[in-house]
Order: sequence, then C-alpha cells, then structure tokens
Amino acid sequence: MSLVDSTSTTAGAPDPKDGPTPARRLPKAGLPLVLLAIAALILLLSIVAAVTGAEDLTSSGTIGAALALAIPIGMAGLGGLWAERAGVVNIGLEGMMILGTWGAGWAGYQWGPWTGVLVGTLMGAIGGLLHALATVTFGVDHIVSGVAINILGLGAAQFLSVIAFEGVPGGGESQSPPIADIAEISVPGLAGPLLDLQQKQIFLLSDLAGVVRGLATGVSLMTVVAILLVIGSYFVLWRTAFGLRLRSCGESPVAAESLGVNVYLMKYAAVIASGAFAGVGGAFLAIVAGNGYREGQTAGRGFIGLAAMIFGNWRPGGLAAGAGLFGYTDSLQLRRGPESVHALLLLAGVLLIAAAVFLVVRRRMVAALVTFVAGVLFLVWYALTDTVPEQFTTMTPYVTTLLVLALASQRLRMPAADGLPYRRGQGA
Amino acid sequence: MSVATAAPRVDLRRLGITIAAPTLAIVFSLLITALILISTGDPVMSTLDQVWAYGKQPRVIALTVNQATTYYLSALAVAIGFRMNLFNIGVDGQYRLAAFAAAVVGSSFELPKPLHLFVIVLVAMLVGAMWAGIAAVLKVTRGVSEVISTIMLNAIATALIAFMLREVAVEVAGSNNIGTKPIAESGALPGIPLIPESPLEVFGFIVVAALAGVAYTVVLGRTRFGFDLRATGHSESAAVASGVNVRRMVIVSMLLSGAVAGLVGMPQLLGGASRSYSLDFPAGLGFTGIAIALLGRNNALGMAFSALLFSFLDASSIILDINDISKEIVLIMQGTIVLSVVVAYELVRRYSIVAEQRRVSRQLAEEQASARPKEVST
Repeated sequence: MSLVDSTSTTAGAPDPKDGPTPARRLPKAGLPLVLLAIAALILLLSIVAAVTGAEDLTSSGTIGAALALAIPIGMAGLGGLWAERAGVVNIGLEGMMILGTWGAGWAGYQWGPWTGVLVGTLMGAIGGLLHALATVTFGVDHIVSGVAINILGLGAAQFLSVIAFEGVPGGGESQSPPIADIAEISVPGLAGPLLDLQQKQIFLLSDLAGVVRGLATGVSLMTVVAILLVIGSYFVLWRTAFGLRLRSCGESPVAAESLGVNVYLMKYAAVIASGAFAGVGGAFLAIVAGNGYREGQTAGRGFIGLAAMIFGNWRPGGLAAGAGLFGYTDSLQLRRGPESVHALLLLAGVLLIAAAVFLVVRRRMVAALVTFVAGVLFLVWYALTDTVPEQFTTMTPYVTTLLVLALASQRLRMPAADGLPYRRGQGA
Repeated sequence: MSVATAAPRVDLRRLGITIAAPTLAIVFSLLITALILISTGDPVMSTLDQVWAYGKQPRVIALTVNQATTYYLSALAVAIGFRMNLFNIGVDGQYRLAAFAAAVVGSSFELPKPLHLFVIVLVAMLVGAMWAGIAAVLKVTRGVSEVISTIMLNAIATALIAFMLREVAVEVAGSNNIGTKPIAESGALPGIPLIPESPLEVFGFIVVAALAGVAYTVVLGRTRFGFDLRATGHSESAAVASGVNVRRMVIVSMLLSGAVAGLVGMPQLLGGASRSYSLDFPAGLGFTGIAIALLGRNNALGMAFSALLFSFLDASSIILDINDISKEIVLIMQGTIVLSVVVAYELVRRYSIVAEQRRVSRQLAEEQASARPKEVST
C-alpha cells in the first residue's frame, strides 16, 4: 500500500538512486537554510502578533506548551520513521502508544516516574514485536496488522487497567494513581531577564525572548531525553553501518539481502524500536503531560505522529518540524484560543498569497489561482470577524497539517520498498 | 491430465482454504480468551455458556442484527476503498457529518413518507461523498496521502459538528443532552419484526444494507468500472497501460466510498427512537468497519458474517459486565480475530503454494520418467 500517491508526482519523478532529497531543483535543506526558515517564521509571527495584538502567538507559555504537546507526536513519528525506513508501515503506533501509557502508569505510581518510562517503553516494544511477528515472519499486510494492534492495544490496556488500578488508592477502572513528576530544568540565569524583556512588548525582541524563554526554562528532563532520541536516531540511521543496512531494507530488501544483510533481523530491530518509541511517547503523555494513566489519553496522537513523519518526508528533522507545527497550533487553543487562532488566519492568508506568487513564478497558473483564492478567503475571514468560534480552535492543528501537506506533499518520497512484502530468497 | 478435470478440484480446495482460515482464527482467539480468563481466575466454560445463553435470546439477537447492519455498511464503505488500494480511514468522520446534515435537513420540513426518507438518505450520501471527496481531490491534485488526510478530516468533522450542533441544537427531552430537532414522523423508517418472539424490531434499513451488499458485488465483480477499479488496486501501472484514468478512478471510488459511508448513520437516525443527531450519537463505527472489512476479506458475504460476529461479541460484553468479568476482553478477542485470521490466510496460502509446487514437480518427474524409455528405444 502506497502512502504517497505516485500518480500525481510530476513527470520528473525522483529516482531512488538520487539520494534522499526528492526535488533536485531545490537546495538540500542544510542547517543554514533551516535556521533561516526558523528566523523568518519568528519574524512573521512577531509581525502578525504586533498587527493583531495576539501576544500569545509568541509568548513563552505558548511555546512551552507547544514543546510539551509536540513531544508525544514526535515520539510516535520517530517510531513511524524507524519502521518505515526498514520498509514496514506501522499504523499500529496508536495501539503501541496506548500500551505505553498503561505501562508508564502501572510502573510509575509504584516505582517512580523513570521506571514508568522504562516499562512504558517496554510495553510499546512488545506491541512492536507483535507487529514484527505478523508482518515480517507471517507476511501479513502491514495495514491489517497495524489496525489489529490498535484494537488489541486499546483492549489490553483497558483490561489491564481494571486489574491493576481498581481498588488501589487514587486509582480506578480507567485511571492509575498519580505519578510523581519528573524534574524540570532551566538554563540558569535566563528566566528573569527574558521575562522582563518579554513583558516590555518591544517588537521582535520581546517575541524572541518569549520563544527562547519557552524553550529554555521549565523544560521537563523527559523532554530533553526525547529530543536527544530524535537526534540520536538521525545519527544511528544515517551515520552508522547499522543504520545504512536498516535503511537499505526499506529501499531494496533484495539488494540488501544479496549484500549479506540479514533483512529479517533488521526489520525486527526496526519495528521493535518503533514500538519502543511509541511507548516513550505514551509514557510522556502519562507522566509528564498528564498525572498518570487515563483511558483515551492518546486521542489519536499515534496517527498524527504518522502524519508528522510523512509531512517530514521520512526524515528526523522533518518529522520534528511537523510535530512542532502540530504542537504549536494545538497549544494556541489553550492560550486564549479564539483570539490567537484568529490572528493565525492573517498569517495563513499572507503565506498562501506568497505561495501563489511563487507558483506564478513557476508558471503553475491553475495552482496559483486556487492558492490565491484560498489566501484571499482567509484574509476576508480575518477582516470580517474578531474571534474564531471556540470549536474551531480545536481543529486548527488538523487544518494546518492538511494545508501544509497540500502545499508540500509533492516533494515527498517514501522509502522505495515501504509496505511491500518481502520473503527471504524469493527475489524481486 | 486435462484442465477440465483440474478446475473443480482446485475450486474445492479454495473453498476449503476460505473456510479453514477464519475457523482456525476464531478457534485461536477463543483459546487466547480462555487463557486470559484462566489467568484472571474466571471459570472458562461457564462464562462461554453464559455468553451463548445470553446471545441467543430473541431480544439480543435483534440487537445484534441491528448493530451488525450499521457495521456492515461501514465495512462496505471501507472495502470499496480497499479494493482499489485506497485506505479510507475517514469513514468515521464521513458518516457522522452525513448523519448530522441529514438530521438537520430532514427535520426542517415534512414530505410524504417515501419522498422524505429519500431526501434524507440522499443528503447523507451527498455529504458523505463530499467529505471523502476532499481527501480524493487532495490526493489526485496535490499527492496528499489519503491515510493522513482522512485522519485529519475525521478530527475536523468532530469539531465542525460540535460547532454546528451548538448553533442548531435543542435540548433532548428529559436529559441534559443536546441534539438536532427530531425528524417528523414522515421521516421514520418502520422496523421489521424479523426475529420471532423479540420485543425489539430490526431496523428497516437492513433491506438497504443488503441491497448495498448486492450492488457492491455486482458493480465490482460484473462491470467494466469494477474491473478497472480492481485492476487499479492490483497494479496501477498495468491499469494505466490498459487505458484506465487512475485519477478519475481515485475520485470516483472515494466518492462512492464516502456515499456508502453516509448510509452508516441512517439505521440509527431513521429507525432509532429519537430520530435526531445528539451528542451521544454512536461514534467510532468507521474504525470498526475497517476491522470488519479486513476480517471479511472485502467479500460482501464475508463482511456480513464478520459484522454479525463483531456485534455478537459487542452484545456479549453486556453479560460479561453483569457477571463482573471485565468486558474489555471483547476488544482483545476482536483484535486477536483480525490478526489471527490474516495470519491463518497467509499460512494456508503458503502451504497451498508449496503443495502446488510439489504436485507440479512430481508430475514433471513422472512425465520425464515415462518419456525416457521412448528415447532409448528409438
């Protein structure tokens, strides 16, 4: 099953041999370019904040919440990355995440938060093992297995929580007793001066202070660990022989086999790791974002993590950006949502019109017209209203993801053998 | 050995495979369930006995059939996508939005009965198709994976319904629930007393569900369109080579899937007691539909059996709860069935391939053996 539609890619469809960047005409997204993009985004946000008066767009509270909301999605996305880089589609991330929340709740309230993280990770890994068993050993369709694991994970967690938490003080049929918090850390000496700066309402400077303060103060240690996991995944997958072998299984398992790679082993390792990362995401939800296991805690974040990974073009940096975008738009609804999201309409309108201009330069007139009309509609909506209805704020992250994907999707390239069955010794 | 004698034997074997795999899977998941029951210290046999005794009461059978009707429609919607390798996770959002729109439109006027019903169902199908169509358009014009876009559209539908429900809602009598205005009597679909001795009637919409199943089989199996659709699902490049317009097929099949998804909420809306869309309108049917379509292997009859099985298990959770056995065991059982049925199919398929290879090689060896002496003699 192909996750990205091949029919709509343009005639110059990227050749897998060209390496990971899909569009040759665009420069590779190196560090300078990424930093430039981030700077431009902050500048844009502070302009919008100044124009609309929606200070929460760049307040440290929003940024801090965004970071915390982005982590579980990023962890699920990382799980998706490991599995799909080895050629196994993992739609069961949601179920593995649910297992992770239960594991974290069960061990967390008894033996402390870090044991909770460990057990949550292990529970996720068990889900991954099941997926690997079904897809690699038994050759089951990856989507089918994933759907089954989602049902199983949900059922198992609910079943186990009745057994483990009912009758325990502070716990119940659908929730674990509270878990102790994981320590928060701050970069020393930053909080005070940045708060002053943020409150002075100077254009750009205060916004910048808000962003830095949100990222550098009161960050849970678990968040730091999660970010290190993303960076570590990049190094393992792209800078080690093991990672090369693992990725070769996702691009061409037959070629990998002919070079002596144990494809089954690699796929097993990748899918178990995938489940473990989803478990970390679940543990984060239970311990850091929440105060213990709660039924329905994941709320589809496993699927959204998968979306973040596709959005990020099956790359760690990209998926982090996707998770960040989702976390940011999600956090806005918590911080005077109707007003902040209303300000975002202006940003969306301006960005769409900029994209339309870009498309005109590229001589893609129809696309340009559609994009332009959409942009104008957003601006009209912004101009005619003062706030956005409360319910609309909850859909912001989803609409944003959809919009961004619609603008960027054609540049994406999934691993060539992603989701395809593979049997050892049975050639192409 | 001629082809004519081989064909029926192969068919028989295929039938054996088709029946063996799900049976194996159900036995396996019963085993798992038994193991779980043992590990929690519950008596296995008496629990199963009680579930069976409860499940065969006429009222419970009617309940099971009603639930299966909605499951079946949901599975059909998912299966249309599956046959063309499209994964419509968005059935959930599509049917809820469709049911909501149909409830609003249906309650705003009165018409003679058949016409009123027809309009309500038509609105539901159109809205379902439209919501699925967004994902289809994004896919063919912008290459957005339908897996992602339909997940997003589900969440957007939830927020949209919450917003619009607040705008149009009235309080449901006797509760703090809010819902749309009830549809007038002319929009009610009478039930059918299908199950003897049951105080509960079966949704009249079961007829539509059955017809949809027949239409599904005929359109996909017996028409040019169905052939193109399945061909695209099997091999897109082959379909393109034979002149299929893949983009058009994506749009049409997604619209069809969405239109059928629009029907999912109808049994409840037209046959239920309240005839309105309220906060407690059943949700999540789209996801169950995915599991049922997978279990029924996208086959109209297979999905009907799977839908009945799933809704029977759902119903049995009530008696489990009464007996103080955690009803979540039903979810574990459902998940295990889905997973083990596909594993069973795969194992049986591999076995039959190996058996076929052995048979052919044996035949070749025999032919060679009988050919050799001739060579020597000449």
